[in-house]
Amino acid sequence: MDTSRSYLEPSSFSKKIAAAIIIIYTVITLIPISWMVMTSFKNVDSAISYPPEVLFEPSLEGYVNLFTNRSRQSPEYLDSLPPPKNWYEELVRSREMVITGPSKFLGRYSNSMIIGFGSTFASVFLGALAAYAFSRFRVPLKDDLLFFILSTRMFPPIAVAVPIFIMYRKLGLGDTHLGMIILYTVVNLSLAVWLLKGFMDEIPKEYEEAAMIDGYSRLQAFFKVVLPQAMTGIAATAIFCMIFSWNEYAFAVLLTQFNAQTAPPFIPTIIGEGGLDWPAIGAGTTLFLLPVMIFTIILRKHLLRGITFGAVRK
Amino acid sequence: MSQIKITNLQKSFGDFTAVKNSNLTINDKEFFVLLGPSGCGKTTTLRMIAGLELPTSGEIYLGEEEVGMLRASERDIAFVFQLFALYPHMNVRNNLSFPLKMQGYKRSDIKLRVEEAAKLLRIDHILNSNISSLSGGDRQRVALGRALVRRPKAFLMDEPLGTLDAEFRELMCLELKKLHLDIGATTVYVTHDQLEAMSLADRIAVMDGGEILQADEPNIIYNKPKTKFVASFIGSPGMNFFEIDEGISKDQSFVNIEGTKFNIPKQLEESKGNKNFFGIRPENLTLSNNEGLKGSVYGVEYLGSRKIITIKTSLGEIKVKTDISVNIKLKENVQVKPLNNNIIIFDGETDKSLNSEFIQ
Repeated sequence: MDTSRSYLEPSSFSKKIAAAIIIIYTVITLIPISWMVMTSFKNVDSAISYPPEVLFEPSLEGYVNLFTNRSRQSPEYLDSLPPPKNWYEELVRSREMVITGPSKFLGRYSNSMIIGFGSTFASVFLGALAAYAFSRFRVPLKDDLLFFILSTRMFPPIAVAVPIFIMYRKLGLGDTHLGMIILYTVVNLSLAVWLLKGFMDEIPKEYEEAAMIDGYSRLQAFFKVVLPQAMTGIAATAIFCMIFSWNEYAFAVLLTQFNAQTAPPFIPTIIGEGGLDWPAIGAGTTLFLLPVMIFTIILRKHLLRGITFGAVRK
Repeated sequence: MSQIKITNLQKSFGDFTAVKNSNLTINDKEFFVLLGPSGCGKTTTLRMIAGLELPTSGEIYLGEEEVGMLRASERDIAFVFQLFALYPHMNVRNNLSFPLKMQGYKRSDIKLRVEEAAKLLRIDHILNSNISSLSGGDRQRVALGRALVRRPKAFLMDEPLGTLDAEFRELMCLELKKLHLDIGATTVYVTHDQLEAMSLADRIAVMDGGEILQADEPNIIYNKPKTKFVASFIGSPGMNFFEIDEGISKDQSFVNIEGTKFNIPKQLEESKGNKNFFGIRPENLTLSNNEGLKGSVYGVEYLGSRKIITIKTSLGEIKVKTDISVNIKLKENVQVKPLNNNIIIFDGETDKSLNSEFIQ
């Protein structure tokens, strides 16, 4: 019998099984995403060709279509125009169209950025303060308050869509960045408070006591000593908040039309313009995926530690 | 450096009173130890002096100033925590300069002071290390250094050696004592370890149940305990007690315990009730062949230079500390008698020692 390995370590066979399961899962998950990325680099014809093309000639048509508004013109009119000034104009002309201006995508995309990061920052900041208070002070009715905060998560947020819609109209918050940031912050806050409270509880109170003895006020101690140590929790919480506010669709459709419309309600509208423009949709969703992906990759070290944090007492 | 004085200090958490009506004066430059079992209120007292807890009532004077209700940051004291509480996201140098930065010192001054403290504690070679890479002893030194750099009015230490292993604790004890002699700072030190207390303290206050029972020099605490609790808590093993079924009157110089007559120091005070206790330290008892209390040997512990013999008698178990050369076997029948007149009578009703020629 092989006694060289630890009794608790999984056998090499079960390790292989585990690896196989992980690989299969990864492939299954990655297929739609890679298909989406591939579609974004196809031209309109190869995107809808049957059987589907796995190998194709890459084209930036999807991205050009995503960022521009175009109109179809007669060949005579196109001939009368001066030669195209750049590659994307040439690409559009080859489809018998001319660029009439930039599309709304960039605006919607930056709305998503402002609202996504804004509400994530606000949720984490307010959540950290509230979590700290719940963790350290004798708050009257603490357990009831925590339950109350959690209870806002016990129904799907869209259940309160109608009252919020009316409230926002009266308050003039409809279709504003501020309105959307407030809304997403409120929805995320309960999660942030609960997640962060767990992390704050794990930080010994001696740290801020030491800082207070060293001459710092409680708030200074919170920023200089507690927050840096809660980084793990903050990163994990930020990712969850970011994913929610970045992906949120229903409220965005309901409450935003022009000023503050985010990318999720905008991307499907591409479908309607001149037939199913799959490469443009692919391009839109690929670009839409990027920020959350980058954000998660930057914070992933913290995320893993964050999820397992507190499982074993140091 | 300053004197610390607490008067009528009280702290309650809801129904529970952690510290009861305490009065204490800690002299300037004194190494003062608060000693007691866990939950006796010693840490709460220390935290009130530090400003980490606010007293329910009473005053705390730091020098001339009444600081009872001031925030910790406004008191100019340093605190060393049991778990050190070094900031893990900073290196040693930043940990040491953290308190100075708040006070707005110049960068060059901070550097100078940090290096001076580091040199004193012999941690100058690890100034740029991370906290997580340090050993327990080095962490302890950094924690002390962080307290030192500020040159505060007083040092407060909450079981700072509690997490170190026994061997290292002894070494750090010596270092702490030396450090105290070098810088002469008023120090209040909390511990439940009587050996630590005995070896470090100029004076010790023994606490139990939120009350300060006695505050005295270590040898007085040991030899002349004012209450039965102090007598049993201090010393390893603690004092032996025999119940006396009679009242003690003034000028009495002997007692009868279950038919055996024992001489006691001449009493200067009479007892309140008819049940009192005869207290004697194990080293003040000796084995005898022909007189004293009869019993049989129940246990023998070797302590290197001394032996502790447990004897079962009609009065219960008695511990005797003898010379190592005494040759005795388990279950042997022996007699025990007092070696000298270092005997204390404790009043059964108040648990306090009765004044006598030995203890006043």
